[in-house]
Amino acid sequence: MSLSAAARRLAGWSVVLRSSSRTLPPLSRIPVLSRECVQRRDITSSSVVQPLRSENKVTVNFINRDGEKITVKASPGESLLDVVVDQELDFDGFGACEGTLACSTCHVIFKEEVYKQLGPISDEEMDMLDLAYGLTDTSRLGCQICLTKSLDGVTVRLPEAVADIRQSDGSA
Amino acid sequence: MLEQSLYCVCIFSQAQDDVIVDVYERLPVPFGLVRFGVAPDHPEVKNVINTFTQTAQHERCFFHGNVNVGVDVTVKELKKAYHAVVLSYGAEANRCMGVPGEDLAGVFSARDFVGWYNGLPSNQKLNPDLNCETVVILGQGNVALDVARILLSPLDMLKKTDITQHALEALTASRVRRVLIVGRRGPLQIAGTIKEVREMINLPDTTADMLPADFKGISETLKGRNVAVQNQDAKAVPTGQMEDLECGMVISSIGYKSLPIDPCVPFEHRGAIIPNDMGRVLDTAGLYCSGWVKRGPTGVIATTMNDSFDTARVLLKDMKEGTLDLSVNKPGAQEITALLQERGNTHRNTQKKKNADCTLFSRKKNTLLTNSQKFKTF
Repeated sequence: MSLSAAARRLAGWSVVLRSSSRTLPPLSRIPVLSRECVQRRDITSSSVVQPLRSENKVTVNFINRDGEKITVKASPGESLLDVVVDQELDFDGFGACEGTLACSTCHVIFKEEVYKQLGPISDEEMDMLDLAYGLTDTSRLGCQICLTKSLDGVTVRLPEAVADIRQSDGSA
Repeated sequence: MLEQSLYCVCIFSQAQDDVIVDVYERLPVPFGLVRFGVAPDHPEVKNVINTFTQTAQHERCFFHGNVNVGVDVTVKELKKAYHAVVLSYGAEANRCMGVPGEDLAGVFSARDFVGWYNGLPSNQKLNPDLNCETVVILGQGNVALDVARILLSPLDMLKKTDITQHALEALTASRVRRVLIVGRRGPLQIAGTIKEVREMINLPDTTADMLPADFKGISETLKGRNVAVQNQDAKAVPTGQMEDLECGMVISSIGYKSLPIDPCVPFEHRGAIIPNDMGRVLDTAGLYCSGWVKRGPTGVIATTMNDSFDTARVLLKDMKEGTLDLSVNKPGAQEITALLQERGNTHRNTQKKKNADCTLFSRKKNTLLTNSQKFKTF
């Protein structure tokens, strides 16, 4: 049974429970059961990624603020922010809010063809991205983009450090 | 504001192997507005404290709390002891409305109100009377929205935050049911950001009431491409129409203001900032500024961060190019600490500030204040 079928079964349980709660087990126990089922299937299925095996790594290229290219290997499922943190990449101030959609410091820029393939952007991400420096039409927040095999070899660019257009002539 | 200076330190210490940075802060504890200005229901914004803590724990960075620059030690004395001095002390005062009644009881500045629910020692005894149905907030920036949200948030939500105990008790007994957020200009000119507006609209158990008349013509304006550019310059023009609003409390949230720190530091009173060129204070060698005191008190953490990085880069450039005179050795903290001790200042000097201390020592009154509930999350 695939993950989505398990989820449908979960949904099925919850619908039944609403109409009659006398003979069925409490809803709180059901998620645990289905999780165990899914996990057992994961081990035997070869389509699920095992993060520790190097064949399943994804290459990511970062172009830093000075235009230098830094190439690292990361695991599918990791966000771009996770990668920067785990690999201890030296990007000043990157990820200040630690991936909680409370800042725009993990702003990265994609090439257009890659940008189009990325998952949908939530209102919350868009709200934060609106405040980012050097915003482009292919910008996203690194903490919201999770790596997949299809993103293998992706190149992302950090926006250049720009002093704001309101230059320091003293005026706010 | 420590946050601004810590961003400077970040760039700095990475670039130079032999630079020592001493950070002087008036309060006994670091982090400034990140600790006392961020709303208690936005703890994720405070995550940046982890970055700051890491920077502050750098072996060549030292924190000196309880030092009031301008009072305990002058900027002149600091300039004598250091090769360069960076002023990042933010904006502690409020812009005044300049209208009659500003000093009436029941009229508060947003800064004091925020300080009250966030545990700033000087606002502990504010005692706002929440025994009224309507509160009017003047201003439509994020601070105004924060205050409105705290006043109207369901108590169950507030209980999960690190809001101060006395504020939680006052809000539990509060009779406030309506908050009017009043601004001079239109919806496209509000200073608040989308996230906070969205939060206000979606706040459980509340409804957001907006006046349809305020939105007349907006959809036509939005169809144009250069909306942001056009609307920054839109000015409010008096129409002569008056409206009376009945309320029990007024909170003025029209902006913060920096104050001059020391007579020897140039200050531009109109904009309330230190006159500077890319962070170099004008007409003074060896003096720099960053953050709100450099650009004015607006912007989110990312704005301030980038600004501080800019100042640090300019400082590094001056060091490399010889604009800053590094030929003479300077005593640094040794000299300042000696001066402070002579003057009886009990400044707190710690390198490792990982766990924020729960005790605040007030030098003037010699009393020990504890606010362990406030700091437990750090």
